[in-house]
Amino acid sequence: MLEVKGLRKVYRSGSREVEALRDLTFTVDNGELVCLVGPSGCGKTTLLRCISGLLDPTAGDVRVNGQKVDGPPKGMAVVFQEYGRSLFPWMSVRDNVELPLKQKGVGRARRKQLVEQSLDAVGLTGTASAYPWQLSGGMQQRVAIARAVAYEPQTLLMDEPFAAVDAQTRADLEDLVRQLWKRLGVTILFVTHDIDESVYLGQRVVMLSTSPTVVQEELAIDLPEHRDQLTTRADPRFIQLRTRVYEQIQAAKRNAMQ
Amino acid sequence: MTSPRRGNPARSGGTALLGAVGLAGLLLVIELAPRLGLVDERYLPPASRIAAALAEEAGTPAFWTALTDTLIAWSVGLAIAVGAAVLAGIVIGSIPVLRSLTASTIEFLRPIPSVALIPLAVLMYGTELGSTLLLVCYAAFWQVLVQVLYGVADVDPVAFETARSFRFSAWGRIRHVLWPTALPYVFTGVRLAASVALVLAITAELVIGSPGLGKEIAVAQASEAVPTMYALIVVTGVLGVIINLLARTGERRLLAWHQSVRGEVTV
Repeated sequence: MLEVKGLRKVYRSGSREVEALRDLTFTVDNGELVCLVGPSGCGKTTLLRCISGLLDPTAGDVRVNGQKVDGPPKGMAVVFQEYGRSLFPWMSVRDNVELPLKQKGVGRARRKQLVEQSLDAVGLTGTASAYPWQLSGGMQQRVAIARAVAYEPQTLLMDEPFAAVDAQTRADLEDLVRQLWKRLGVTILFVTHDIDESVYLGQRVVMLSTSPTVVQEELAIDLPEHRDQLTTRADPRFIQLRTRVYEQIQAAKRNAMQ
Repeated sequence: MTSPRRGNPARSGGTALLGAVGLAGLLLVIELAPRLGLVDERYLPPASRIAAALAEEAGTPAFWTALTDTLIAWSVGLAIAVGAAVLAGIVIGSIPVLRSLTASTIEFLRPIPSVALIPLAVLMYGTELGSTLLLVCYAAFWQVLVQVLYGVADVDPVAFETARSFRFSAWGRIRHVLWPTALPYVFTGVRLAASVALVLAITAELVIGSPGLGKEIAVAQASEAVPTMYALIVVTGVLGVIINLLARTGERRLLAWHQSVRGEVTV
């Protein structure tokens, strides 16, 4: 279980203070897929960096399975938006996926197996010896997902992972995330600025206000388990839910203007 | 009137041919200028006599000993400098406090010309190999250190956070993220340092008289064996070309993944 309690983050530079996150509290249960959505500049990335232990919060805390986060926690993997910079260009796809496993101390035979399985799972069979920069953007993000999956995390954080790929690739990758989530039973916190994406993917959507950020609202997504780019997105319930999220985001922006 | 231009013969074969023609032209000028009395033969003997002196030198064991001495001073000095600079660069570069603390000192020490240390070298090591090493190391060290510092500063924050999020050990972060990022810079530094090291090795031998080609040049000059002197100068030039060539080839091989080497990839 992932618990975020009273999280606050203030950036200080000289005498200037910027309050990025004011007071955030929410939980993600084990095996749940929760989407965080908020207007741009609302501190989504700051929040994710606090959760992943890459950044110390000013106040409040993050707990993973009851353990307070004070550095990157065990059993957590992060997929970054900037796949091109997150993958190491000096290593082949295979080595990129394998390196975190080596660092984790996984044995050679098991590593080989995990690398193969995860590359198969993201549909990249046979590209192991290519270099990331020889692949398209969508394929590079698949490599980053494979790397995270091979790590066998209990919690997977995804920071706007599809913001930089084209619409069709994006739809494919969304389905890939749903599929991996169901198969692996992993807890996923998916950060996005795309309202449709959050409703399509999540079991629950947590909406954030504009900066300084609080939780605007939480919404359970009661769409059928099986989701499909054509039928789900045309479902009247999907339209209702996305309208609801959209209104909340707009309300958050209006509040900020006043 | 200028002569009409032909198409650009920029193909590699054409360039190599033009280069050879240029070199042949230079040799011809050096051959003819003294023979026609344009320059005094005592100061610039014809190319053929330099070549003959070179052939003669190549037959003496003393020449090969001198060449080996120079190469040893060059390579050992360069190796020490590169090793020390890489280590210092990584440590200083990855600790911000240390970086600020040393920045002004580095900027002060770096521009000191190595030759200014000749008296110190003589005091410490006399005319032994150590003198040459000191000068070579000093000159080469800064070239590499500055590049390593640039390289360490160039580490992509996203790549670094990726490594942190996967709980890489400190050594793992240096070995797998910092070092590959800095490597292209290290190569640039080594390439620059390799040339500078040769200059300093020859200078030290020439001025201090520590064993090597430089000393032989000084001896040839003192004994008025002008063609031999020129022959030795040619050898140092050829050494410089070979060193640069080796450094470039090594760079291309080891950095095949790097943007500057791989070129644009179309997907």
